[in-house]
Amino acid sequence: MNRYTKRTFALEMLMIAVGIVFAFPVYVLVNLAVRPPSDTSSPISPTTSPTFANFTGAWREAGLGGALINSVLVTVVSVAIVLAVSALAAYPLARSTARWSRTTFLVIMLGLILPFQLASLPLYQTVRDLGLLGSVWSLVLFYSGLQVPFTTFLYVGFLRALPRDFEEAASIDGASPFTMFRYVVLPMLKPITVTALVLNAVAVWNDFFTPLLYLSGSDQQTVPVAVAGFVGQFVSDWNLIFAALLISIIPVLAVYLALQRSIINGFAGGLKG
Amino acid sequence: MLPALALFTFVVLVPSGRGVYYAFTDWDGLDPDFAFVGLRNFTDMLGDEDALQAIWHTVLIAVAITIIQNGIGLLLALGVNSLIKTRNVLRVLLFAPAVVTPIVTAYLWRNLLGPDGAVNAVLGPWGRDWLGDPDLALWMIVVVVVWQFAGYSMVIFLAGLQSIPREIYEAAAIDGTGPVRRFWSIVRPLLAPAITINLMLSIIGGIKLFDQVYALTGGGPGHATDTISTLIYKDAFTLGEFGYSIALAVVLTIIVAIASGAQYTVLNRNEKAAS
Repeated sequence: MNRYTKRTFALEMLMIAVGIVFAFPVYVLVNLAVRPPSDTSSPISPTTSPTFANFTGAWREAGLGGALINSVLVTVVSVAIVLAVSALAAYPLARSTARWSRTTFLVIMLGLILPFQLASLPLYQTVRDLGLLGSVWSLVLFYSGLQVPFTTFLYVGFLRALPRDFEEAASIDGASPFTMFRYVVLPMLKPITVTALVLNAVAVWNDFFTPLLYLSGSDQQTVPVAVAGFVGQFVSDWNLIFAALLISIIPVLAVYLALQRSIINGFAGGLKG
Repeated sequence: MLPALALFTFVVLVPSGRGVYYAFTDWDGLDPDFAFVGLRNFTDMLGDEDALQAIWHTVLIAVAITIIQNGIGLLLALGVNSLIKTRNVLRVLLFAPAVVTPIVTAYLWRNLLGPDGAVNAVLGPWGRDWLGDPDLALWMIVVVVVWQFAGYSMVIFLAGLQSIPREIYEAAAIDGTGPVRRFWSIVRPLLAPAITINLMLSIIGGIKLFDQVYALTGGGPGHATDTISTLIYKDAFTLGEFGYSIALAVVLTIIVAIASGAQYTVLNRNEKAAS
């Protein structure tokens, strides 16, 4: 079973065919994004005279530059806050067996079930009263709380599976709880932090519903709402729309291709905890 | 621990609690004067054809996505876990859609599935108005979600497959066990944790589905593809019926809770039985 046989070759051909089917939408995306609107030939035949005009047009009209900056800002700040507070919370939750610790853990885990739709409407009112409607900081606040249960769940699961020997040794050596967390526990948390970072960053970057509620009608946009607004505005100008879609996908795919191993392992591994 | 608890309480716990309370009122989202109306929002729902349809669509989409996405995901995982030379390239390619923004891929597919879109260009005479036909539109949403997330299921199954020691598999092969039997008796039980995670992710994701519906059909044609989530959005922000909208969110929460509870119980038992 470790040899490359005829059957392996047949499987190889089949899988390549499947890969082509999966990649087909991306081919059409690029093909139409570089096509001038005057070219009305079939969407699957290769574009004969490619142009970059759609990209400059889409970039100018959709406000994608500002949206990209906002998306990066919201993602970086929210994910940094979520990882910091969740890791700090997970440590006592995983190590203490006191009743308050178990109760708190269960309450936070309740957040894994509560759909965000339930909280997002009442929170809409709070955000409005705080004067944060139309500001990207409302999103940072929202994600910083929303992603806590899942991230804490990842950290607690990981910590519970981690042997306590190092911490016990440090404690015998007289390390304070802070020193212990900073120099003993934190370095061991690296693998799960990569996972939590990847999963949170993708979730925050791609979220559409929340910014649709909190940013609608304002000039502060994240990439998903900027794209949706642009599609609404240029309803059937698909060449322009495709250029905008492609611009919004390129940064994501660039990061994905650069860090594919960590990202795929992040998605596959976070769930072992 | 306090900062996490404070953020979680402020952003999730308190608003969710208030949400449950508003579900029993006629609040319009703005007016500070609103009345407690008891169960009226829920009894209204029972007479609201659109709401009942949306609940049915939500369950149908979630179940269809769960079965198809995991079926394809598992086959893809078995395919790229073989000795084929392109396995690494294919892994990266097949997983790629899962990281791309769902609203963006949904707009891409809206064009692909349109009357003059690429799908009809490939199918020629078999082309259809995929998103304009009320009988087809719901299934197109399922197709788009499966295209995007089959690779996600694949990587989780793949991690499960790779954790199975090769010796067990080889021993069975030497004993003359056929490939189907090997899969069913050896691989399947050892994949139990991956199956649990995949089913959980896809069913909960399917129940909450919003972006793809919003971008592909907007709930149409008519109300043929409305889900609970799209109805929550429309009722709250175009009709100003916050109370009713949040009552729908409560129904959504109950469905998610039932699905998670049922899955946890059933799969936990299976996982124990398997190990």
